[in-house]
Amino acid sequence: MIIDSTLMFDLFLVTFACFSAGAVGALVTARSPTLARVVGHAGALVGAITALTFGLVGLAGGSMQLNVPNLLPIGGAAFGVDRLSAFFVMVVATGAIPATLYAIGYTREYTGKHSLAGMGFALNIFIAAMILVPLARNVLTFLALWELMSLASYFLVITDHEHEETLRAGWVYFVMAHTGFAALFLGFLLLAQTTGTMNFTDWGVAAKLNPGSHNLIFILFALGFGSKAGVIPLHVWLPRAHPAAPSHVSALMSGVMIKLGVYGLARVAFDWFGVGPAWWGGLVLVVGAVSAVLGVLYALVEHDLKRLLAYHSVENIGIILLGLGAGMLFQAHRLEALAALSLIAALYHTLNHAVFKSLLFMGAGAVLHATRTRNMEELGGLIKRMPQTAVFFLVGSLAIAALPPFNGFISEWLTFQSLLLSFQISAHTVNLIFALGVAALALTSGLAAACFVKAFGITFLALPRSEPAALAHEVEWTMRTAMAALALACVALGVAPFVILAPLDATAFDLIGAHADMRFDWNALVTNDGFGWVAPLWIALGLGAFLIAIPLALGLMGTNKRRRYYETWGCGRALQTARFEYTATAFANPFKRVFALLYRPVKELDIEFHPESRYFVRTITYYNEGRLIFEDALYRPLLRLIRALAHGARVMQSGNVHSYLAYILVALVALLILAV
Amino acid sequence: MFTEIAIEISELLIVMFGSPLLVGVIRKVKARLQGRRGATIFQPYADLCKLLSKEAVVSENTSWIFRFTPYLLSTTMVLSALIVPVLTTRAPFGFMGNIIALMYLFLLGTFFLALAGLDAGSAFGGMGSSREVALAALAEPTVLIAIFGIALRAGTTSLDGIITRFAADPLLMLNAGHLLAFFAFFIVALAENGRLPVDNPATHLELTMIHEAMILEYSGRYLALAEWAAGMKLFLFLTLLSNLFFPWGVALANTPVTLCSAFVALAIKLAFFAAAIAMIETAVAKLRLFRVPELLAGSFTIALLAVVTSFFIK
Repeated sequence: MIIDSTLMFDLFLVTFACFSAGAVGALVTARSPTLARVVGHAGALVGAITALTFGLVGLAGGSMQLNVPNLLPIGGAAFGVDRLSAFFVMVVATGAIPATLYAIGYTREYTGKHSLAGMGFALNIFIAAMILVPLARNVLTFLALWELMSLASYFLVITDHEHEETLRAGWVYFVMAHTGFAALFLGFLLLAQTTGTMNFTDWGVAAKLNPGSHNLIFILFALGFGSKAGVIPLHVWLPRAHPAAPSHVSALMSGVMIKLGVYGLARVAFDWFGVGPAWWGGLVLVVGAVSAVLGVLYALVEHDLKRLLAYHSVENIGIILLGLGAGMLFQAHRLEALAALSLIAALYHTLNHAVFKSLLFMGAGAVLHATRTRNMEELGGLIKRMPQTAVFFLVGSLAIAALPPFNGFISEWLTFQSLLLSFQISAHTVNLIFALGVAALALTSGLAAACFVKAFGITFLALPRSEPAALAHEVEWTMRTAMAALALACVALGVAPFVILAPLDATAFDLIGAHADMRFDWNALVTNDGFGWVAPLWIALGLGAFLIAIPLALGLMGTNKRRRYYETWGCGRALQTARFEYTATAFANPFKRVFALLYRPVKELDIEFHPESRYFVRTITYYNEGRLIFEDALYRPLLRLIRALAHGARVMQSGNVHSYLAYILVALVALLILAV
Repeated sequence: MFTEIAIEISELLIVMFGSPLLVGVIRKVKARLQGRRGATIFQPYADLCKLLSKEAVVSENTSWIFRFTPYLLSTTMVLSALIVPVLTTRAPFGFMGNIIALMYLFLLGTFFLALAGLDAGSAFGGMGSSREVALAALAEPTVLIAIFGIALRAGTTSLDGIITRFAADPLLMLNAGHLLAFFAFFIVALAENGRLPVDNPATHLELTMIHEAMILEYSGRYLALAEWAAGMKLFLFLTLLSNLFFPWGVALANTPVTLCSAFVALAIKLAFFAAAIAMIETAVAKLRLFRVPELLAGSFTIALLAVVTSFFIK
């Protein structure tokens, strides 16, 4: 389809007019916090809606070219759009629309405490930068926007800057983001040097000529984009920064921002380099598998609701990379149709994760808003106090646990199909890697289901474990509407995947040059001519039909319909309190024991006895914490090394102006020699 | 079309009404092996009828999740009965999902049952839920790898396709990989259905219980539905084991003769599996909870071996 590029261009301009209006409007109305809150977020909301339209038109085949010559040095600011870019614009907008609507209500509590004008300003910049990153078409445009995105989100993360912990989280995020940036910077410059151009559009042809010589560049890109995506072991910032940010920002960062790392990897692997060596795909696959399994294992023992969700982002990025890596491996083995299938699985999971993770973070935000705590051990019983939020969170939980008929199921099913179809590759090592990938994905989805039984069950079910939880109330309508929209999207993407599979197939065709090995229409998906099939709409209809039929049949059979409410049975104890309930710690304990090798739990039991007799206990303190092996084994030594090096470099800093002048001279001469 | 729907409905009825009988047979054989006379094999029907006629007592701490779960659980099982090829590979609703979709449908039931276990706020329920999801999660990789092993040989993950392929070319099954995949799947079936040595279905109110702990708060029609769903799950797993690994007798075309012989063959295979389970439950003691992961890791290794052998022995 050829679409008049003026339509795309108009949408592009309207989008950024809205974000600018939001950003400036928030600053102008700074005097009145309420006005600043509404203006800032409403501007972003309208901007995100037009961005969604932009993305959809782009996916339908629209194109656009835009060069602003003098905005940036070397080639100016260049923008363009293809289906892959349009898809990611759509993903960003899908997360941003509910997030900004939600923010209108959610940021009310910040009134008087923090600058709502500043928050509105930074949020507009943040979302606008995320929309522009996939559209960037030369090195400097990309890097400038990438940095803008990191900086804006850094300021949003440290909104609650009076807490020491938040500042620390922000600092870790800042450092990791810039380490990644440095890797990207090097990668981009090296690639620009080997291809002789800074324009992305020319790289596809230039780099494909000799992909084998780009190993170093690939590694640099993998590091840079991987650290933004939060793959293990570059994930350390994610479980710190995401929970510290206000919940709508957490939703944006976890649901959307880390996806741009996936965008980068997809762009590198399928566009710029074309078919790379097989080990690139193997590396991505293995990193994905490790991230998926370890991410969910760390989530399981986490009792801070938002940090639990952040670890799940590590897991889901892992699942996406499993699909991406599989696609790269298939491409390296010249199985283009299967490569397209894997890429579609990865992209579909990207969209799905943006939907359900935003939903879950907003649900967690609603809980935090109502109870002032993220600690699951103090929650419980919220399903009776916040019934609608509970339903939305449950939908998100079912979707992330990949259960039918929700969206996560479809994309994980597709990922399974592409991994299982790997038997068409005839190389035993690759086959075995794929087999372990299947096992890792299976373990991940099982553990994710377990984790969300915990997250939902402990937070929403049974009796409240603290007074704030007992006094919780339902949140206001903007927040509920945002969550309802996302919950509906979870269902829609789960029962009608054909709607999004068609444009994804076109995207994959653009990049790989082959259609996916799959047939789909409104009633079923069939992979590889009958290798696997699933009919999500029919499963949903079947579930609905039997859910109605079974109670009806029981009624017709004359079943006893009476119901009596009575207290929970408890071995004859006198009264039931929340202290009899299973805690989150107890729930996770089997996992802690089974995977003790990973968690390396430190257990301590302090019992203070009564001075008169050891048979009376005054206090019992039980301490059971896992250690974070990546922090201990990888980052500690690294930091120690950096500190030692910095200490050594201090010798140079004499404080004497003359020696500094001498350094400058030496540096200048050295550079001149190098240049010659 | 009409006959196909009639066949599908009869398959559904076989699962719905055959599952209590299967449970009854296992209990009877077990009783005889242990030197007891045991209740009649129709006892589970009587139990279900009695439960259905009783008033339900529901904990006042619970929410709608607790009351909804038994219906959802039985719904997932009835829906699975439409997907699993019980008598024939030519059932009209087989297109709803392949074996992976089926496993996730089972997981949907487990998910809600575990939530219901937490809902009453009792320590028993939480304990059951926690253990159940742990075992389900650890069993999941084995299931998928065993499926991988089968799919490698049959070239498909569709249930009907696997049976058709193996029935057409029985020599495919004559290799070590097939046997290994069978053992792995069998161990998982025991774990998923709460049978010994993983969980003891006969214990009630012991600290070792898993499934029973989750449904401890249920009574009346809710308990009846939960028990019935558990019976159907066992029935479906054993049907899968019989028909995927021993496809003889499954009707490949829908004629009265093949369907009748499929029914007889299924009855014989299920009776064999029922006897095997009864024997295992008589001979083996329950494992300690934290030894179960070792069993599952063992079955995972077996499944992986099944996959590896099929790479080398084509």
